[in-house]
Amino acid sequence: MSLRLYVPGDASALAMGASDVVLAIKAELARRGIEATIIRNGSRGLFWLEPLVEVETPEGRVGYGPVEPEDVPGLFEAGFLHGGAHAHRVGLVEEIPYLKKQQRLTFARCGIIDPLSLADYEAHGGLAGLRRALTLSGEAIVKEVTDSGLRGRGGAAFPTGIKWETVRKAEAAQKYIVCNADEGDSGTFADRMLMEGDPFVLIEGMAIAGLAVGATKGFVYIRSEYPHAFRQMNRAIDEARAAGLLGADILGSGRTFDMETRLGAGAYICGEETSLLESLEGRRGTIRFKPPLPALKGLFGQPTVINNLISLASVPIILDKGSAFYRDYGMGRSRGTLPFQLGGNIKHGGLIELAFGPTLREVIEEYGGGTHSGRPVRAIQVGGPLGAYWPASLMDVALDYEEFIKHDGMIGHGGIVVFDDTVDMAKQAQFAFEFCAHESCGKCTPCRIGSTRGAETVAKVRRGQDVEANLVLLRDLALTMRDGSLCALGGLTPMPVVSAIDHFPEDFDGGGPINDRPPNIPEPHRLPGSPGLAAE
Amino acid sequence: MPANRTFDEAAIKAIIADMRSLDGPLMPILHAINDRLGYVDQRALPLIAQELNLSRAEVHGVFTFYHDFRKAPAGRHVIKVCVAEACQSMGSDRLVDHLRAAFGIGLGETTPDGRITVEPIYCLGNCALSPSAMMDGKLYGRVEGTRADRLVRSANLAAAGDGR
Repeated sequence: MSLRLYVPGDASALAMGASDVVLAIKAELARRGIEATIIRNGSRGLFWLEPLVEVETPEGRVGYGPVEPEDVPGLFEAGFLHGGAHAHRVGLVEEIPYLKKQQRLTFARCGIIDPLSLADYEAHGGLAGLRRALTLSGEAIVKEVTDSGLRGRGGAAFPTGIKWETVRKAEAAQKYIVCNADEGDSGTFADRMLMEGDPFVLIEGMAIAGLAVGATKGFVYIRSEYPHAFRQMNRAIDEARAAGLLGADILGSGRTFDMETRLGAGAYICGEETSLLESLEGRRGTIRFKPPLPALKGLFGQPTVINNLISLASVPIILDKGSAFYRDYGMGRSRGTLPFQLGGNIKHGGLIELAFGPTLREVIEEYGGGTHSGRPVRAIQVGGPLGAYWPASLMDVALDYEEFIKHDGMIGHGGIVVFDDTVDMAKQAQFAFEFCAHESCGKCTPCRIGSTRGAETVAKVRRGQDVEANLVLLRDLALTMRDGSLCALGGLTPMPVVSAIDHFPEDFDGGGPINDRPPNIPEPHRLPGSPGLAAE
Repeated sequence: MPANRTFDEAAIKAIIADMRSLDGPLMPILHAINDRLGYVDQRALPLIAQELNLSRAEVHGVFTFYHDFRKAPAGRHVIKVCVAEACQSMGSDRLVDHLRAAFGIGLGETTPDGRITVEPIYCLGNCALSPSAMMDGKLYGRVEGTRADRLVRSANLAAAGDGR
């Protein structure tokens, strides 16, 4: 067996110097006259170990991380090519509890295979879902997806099968599959990891969607902040086309499906499905009124399945193993798994794919190991910039769509951002409005104007100007935006703001940043209209 | 980034001709021009409008809607600092201060000699290794302390290599 080494080509691994490590390994291999193949795999999602170098041994893949180029000669001295002992040795990668305890369905291959090798993809279970789909009617494919309980992983959690059924039943000469890979939420990176680490699973998922609804053309809309993912996806599509997985005769079935990528241009709002469609068509990314639903009048006015990347990438395993297999994971109405993404001020950040149901505490403490700074957790934002800010006291809520809604939060795309006790929540609330103002498409007034007035009003509170009156004003504005905005950007921006005020009222008393104050903090005054007051 | 910044009508027309048959060609065309020139020259807009049978107002509207399409060239090297929540939690403010101390400029500014632009970006998808930054398309993670110094050194090195 020739020596095989794995050094991730994932953007986060590159950000920690993975390519320099490859150069150092190559130089050392040449110097010692050793032949070895270096595979640029995706990341396993254990980012604190990146760059994580793996070597194939008879016992399995042994990891070393984090590796810096300067460590490489020492690794060779330690005999790492055969799994030798070294300070950075992390043992058999599959046995690392962080990874072993996960339930990797959608990310089953990510970090393991050569992302651009179709042979590797197939050897690890790839294409089985598509092969089965090719033997089924569109109706039967949709039924599998419906029965699996899969809900949209972009955040809205709409049942994927119902969306597909609407498109399937629509009569049109041309239908489209659109993948939303405009993963703009801070704290999320699952789409990016999968495009870089297992791009064929998305291609397979989109092809299955095409067969299900009768669409022959697909587009992946990728944000421009992800240049590596964009390049990798393009390479994978070229490979797939060359191998006959895409084109006029997919896998020799006589059925047609082809796809292209499109690059976003730095507009967060284009993650909203109708804005994305506008952008794909070459227009300003302003949102569309619904109805008509994109399922009936979507891209170029045609029936369109528009799904989040993780939704589409979860379809191959559902078709391969059957709906019951997938549905057996999860709790309540949240079926299957979600790749949770743990980031921010966290010791062991990464991708954690689990069936719905673990508590935030399990993810943050058991997996994450607490904050990176070593200070106490003060706030957690789940679901991106439009998600609620929660105090550490809510860490025992289960990660389940409905459980989160019960506590006025949302899971969204599964991003979990941790803040330590140095965070100023009034500043975070102001940022939420400022971000909305920066990214508003401008179509509706509550979002366009409300975001700016909101940022100004939080600034007044922070300065101690008419604090009580301005807090009343903020709550009123929040209701107007929530109920009066056309889409989730304006409609959900109040969520981080109001949750910050509710859970961290001491930061909104106009006394300046909480951590700049003397240690003996006076009793915070109660907020008018806050749930605490209403309960008395 | 090696962009050829001189406006060349023939080259712009070639880009348009190359991409006009795409479904929804306007965004890819604007990206291609932005990549080639380092910005989108106003003189390109009527050419695009004419070739795609759009009004100049429509093309202007799209061009100005998206943050990526530059109205004027940036500095020769662009450092994008992530200032979204995950990086905020890890002190992206400190990184901005660090760059201000090194280059004398804040977010959205360019050094007077045109060497370096520092600008904000909202999430680079590297949230488990915050704070993050991207220079000339290369991603940097855990950009604090000595790693922030390294980013500054890389920027200075890149700038010193200009024109050689």
